[in-house]
Amino acid sequence: MAEKIFTRNFDRRDSHTLAVYRETGGYTALARALGMEPAAILEEVKKSNLRGLGGAAFPTGMKWSFIPKGSPAPKYLVINADEGEPGTFKDRYLMERDPHAMIEGMIIAARAIDSHLGFVYIRGEYVEPWRVVSGAVKEAYEAGLLGKNIQGSGFDFDIVVHRGAGAYICGEETGLLSSLEGKKGWPKIKPPFPAVKGAFGQPTIVNNVETIAAVPHIINRGGEWFAGLGTKTQGGTRLYSVSGHVARPGVVEAPVSVTLRSLIYDHCGGIRDGRRLKAVVPGGSSAPILTADEIDVTMDADGLKAAGSMIGSAGVIVMDETVSIPEALMVVARFYAHESCGQCTPCRESTGWIYKMARRIVEGKGRKEDLDTILDVSRRGAGTTICAFFDGAVGPYVSYIEKFRAEFEALIPHEA
Amino acid sequence: MPKLTIDGKEVEVAPGTNLIEAARQAGIEVPHYCYHPGLSIAGQCRLCMVDIEKNPRSQIGCNTQAADGMVVHTRTERVLETRKSIMEFHLVNHPLDCPVCDQAGECWLQIYYMRHGLYDPRMVDEKVHKPKAVPLGPHVILDAERCILCSRCVRFCDEVTKTGELGIFNRGDHSEIGLFPGKTLDNNYSGNVIDICPVGALTDRDFRFKVRVWYLDTGRSICNGCARGCNIEVHVNRRRPHHNQGRRVARLKPRHNPDVNQWWMCDVGRYGFGWIDDDSRLLAPVRRTGGTDATIGWDEAVAALAEALKRYRPEEIGILASPQMSNEDLFALQRLAAHLGVAAVDHRVPPRVPGEDDGFLLRADRNPNRRGAELIGLGTGDARAILDGARQRRIKLLWIFQHDLLDSGWPPADVTAALAGAEMVVFQGPSANRTSAGAHLVLPSAAYVEREGTFTNFEGRVQRFRTVLEPLGEAQADWAILGRVGRALGGADPAFSAGRAEQVFAGLAGQVPAFSGMSYRGLRDAGQVVKA
Repeated sequence: MAEKIFTRNFDRRDSHTLAVYRETGGYTALARALGMEPAAILEEVKKSNLRGLGGAAFPTGMKWSFIPKGSPAPKYLVINADEGEPGTFKDRYLMERDPHAMIEGMIIAARAIDSHLGFVYIRGEYVEPWRVVSGAVKEAYEAGLLGKNIQGSGFDFDIVVHRGAGAYICGEETGLLSSLEGKKGWPKIKPPFPAVKGAFGQPTIVNNVETIAAVPHIINRGGEWFAGLGTKTQGGTRLYSVSGHVARPGVVEAPVSVTLRSLIYDHCGGIRDGRRLKAVVPGGSSAPILTADEIDVTMDADGLKAAGSMIGSAGVIVMDETVSIPEALMVVARFYAHESCGQCTPCRESTGWIYKMARRIVEGKGRKEDLDTILDVSRRGAGTTICAFFDGAVGPYVSYIEKFRAEFEALIPHEA
Repeated sequence: MPKLTIDGKEVEVAPGTNLIEAARQAGIEVPHYCYHPGLSIAGQCRLCMVDIEKNPRSQIGCNTQAADGMVVHTRTERVLETRKSIMEFHLVNHPLDCPVCDQAGECWLQIYYMRHGLYDPRMVDEKVHKPKAVPLGPHVILDAERCILCSRCVRFCDEVTKTGELGIFNRGDHSEIGLFPGKTLDNNYSGNVIDICPVGALTDRDFRFKVRVWYLDTGRSICNGCARGCNIEVHVNRRRPHHNQGRRVARLKPRHNPDVNQWWMCDVGRYGFGWIDDDSRLLAPVRRTGGTDATIGWDEAVAALAEALKRYRPEEIGILASPQMSNEDLFALQRLAAHLGVAAVDHRVPPRVPGEDDGFLLRADRNPNRRGAELIGLGTGDARAILDGARQRRIKLLWIFQHDLLDSGWPPADVTAALAGAEMVVFQGPSANRTSAGAHLVLPSAAYVEREGTFTNFEGRVQRFRTVLEPLGEAQADWAILGRVGRALGGADPAFSAGRAEQVFAGLAGQVPAFSGMSYRGLRDAGQVVKA
């Protein structure tokens, strides 16, 4: 078994407290970082090959470097804790069981990008994580780890914990920023990008909880160490949220080079009740589905891209032979129709339309042209919108039908 | 200045110009719904996609700034296919109720479907239903099913009026425009959301169901509702006189003038046209003697007035001009007063209720040509002194233009005494009022939309308004009436013999220094500012 990094404290009693976090070396990275030049912190993170673990897998160091140099504007660090991708629940574990890793990572990142105010945007449904994170932030303030002149370093950093109101789109980074600003959670048109004009019109970095929680380890043990844990293009281990028809579902930490087969059969005990694997969604609901024959892929960003899917949020949804793929598509289509923010016409109109077609097919009222209409509408809408929401929805729309077309056709009545 | 190529045409544009505007300057239309030059960029409708060389993906033209050396293509196979797709998405849940929709004929869903859509519909499922015929305020009514959620109306209320009445509520294809709780769309610019709504979602409660838009004719004009002089279009129905109870003016719409009103006009001006087709209009000259009215011809009326003007000495004549009159009218009047030697001329009759400046377009002075009256020199007398002169029977002939003195800021008792004190009261104006009811001679003027001329706005901008309609009855432009009177008095001023407003204006430009060097045609659509 590989070394546990993110989950090393998960099984300790009171792992969410500052005292227990300190017992395992907590905040030693901060002490080190406060003595480092911001540029040196950034360099270490670049070397680590850390890539965003929220969904887009964008290189973290590069993202940080987009903050305009020497800008007198206030800069904000925003943590995306709006974990909403269906099949994903790893940030919840991190926040409930190791909130100080996130807080320590935030302070270090803030120093690197010259930010003095950070926000943690937690999805509204995450009541317990919000409670735990809020408690941890309070503890950190009391210990002089947040606020003015942190640990006598002269560096100031504050954290505001903000709860969302329950919308998937508020996990899209600019939708999140709109929501944080008190507006309707509509993604913003780019350019300008958040690093130039983000929260409240100021340069802003948005990072996922898990991404930021990796930062203290990188500072303590070096970027090269972290990079060495993964592949050439992506460093580290990461958390996989495995759900569905495996024997032992849950959050699994593994190197990014782990194969999907190994995750299912070695880490999660294989398919439950001795049934056969039918399909896997490897990276949250937006990731194109893989068939049982396609699971010998490495679970890093580039490995899944090469396999025609995506790592996304690493939410692994395992489906056994009892699953109806058309029904699964109907469910996922209902989700996207419900969650489309409604801002861009193609997404607003086609998510609802596709759901109606998918539902009709499942109800046995499909028409033979429906499948091609879904595929055509998906392809016509893809890439035409402000954010990646619709492109994410197209992942299941197209892959479910293309890979399991016969199962859909079997539900469509033959013409008399 | 960035120089770029659009569909093979080179065009140089101001820095910061987006690709929709750059293409427009090159004579190329990039279709769009949410983009409006007077509002922030929303980027929502996704219709304005264009291809840019060296860019693998199509980009929205509204949010892409022209850059030097950029090569843009607006009609590639990919762009045309994308437009077709976007049109299909816009129409997936549209009710297609064009036959009962007031927007039909000027609807950008219809126009763009014909230009860029022309697909075979594939949607067979039940469409999303939303609220219909929801009044949002005194002037605007919403059909949420027709709405394409371009958010122009929301941005208008957020950014232009800053009143924030409207929002988009709910998500996905259940999104709909609506009022925030406790709000009503009753700001003084609410009618503009109807203009900028590209579809039939927001229609005009005053105009709807009155006339089909394809029966309307359009003329360029200047709003006469205040001293701003907003540039407008007057939409008139001459082809279906049996519609809308025969009322000719159907609606007013703002006309873009960056120096005056941008794209907008206020509701006070927009809905202030009803009088033009009202029963109160004066249709023929009337002589009133001993309580009996006699409709007379113009020759008789002009002769009667000329005779009266000759009968009294100049100091026995008082003239109350109106800042509703055009520069040409006022100039002709000034020439006539000079010819007669009458000094008691003024335009400053106080309003009963002083108007309020709304801080945006609407001015406290609700007259379109106060500045013109001042510049042309129609304030040689003092209005109150003229009234008092009549009251004290020193002024024997009182010639009143347009004003209802009984509905003015003057005490009605004083006005009544003045009207009784004058031996002859002449009223000249487009509409009857309580003052005209007691006049001995009533001369019908053409309404501003029934003749042409110029107004000078409060900033000194001289702007042309055009003839949109024929005058009702026997009504004539004031300058034409004044010319006839001048000629009857033996006046030789060219203003008296002018056949067209342009000729009167030439005299004005020649004799009033503020207007010197101007020519009627040279004013063009933007107007020209008088010399300081």
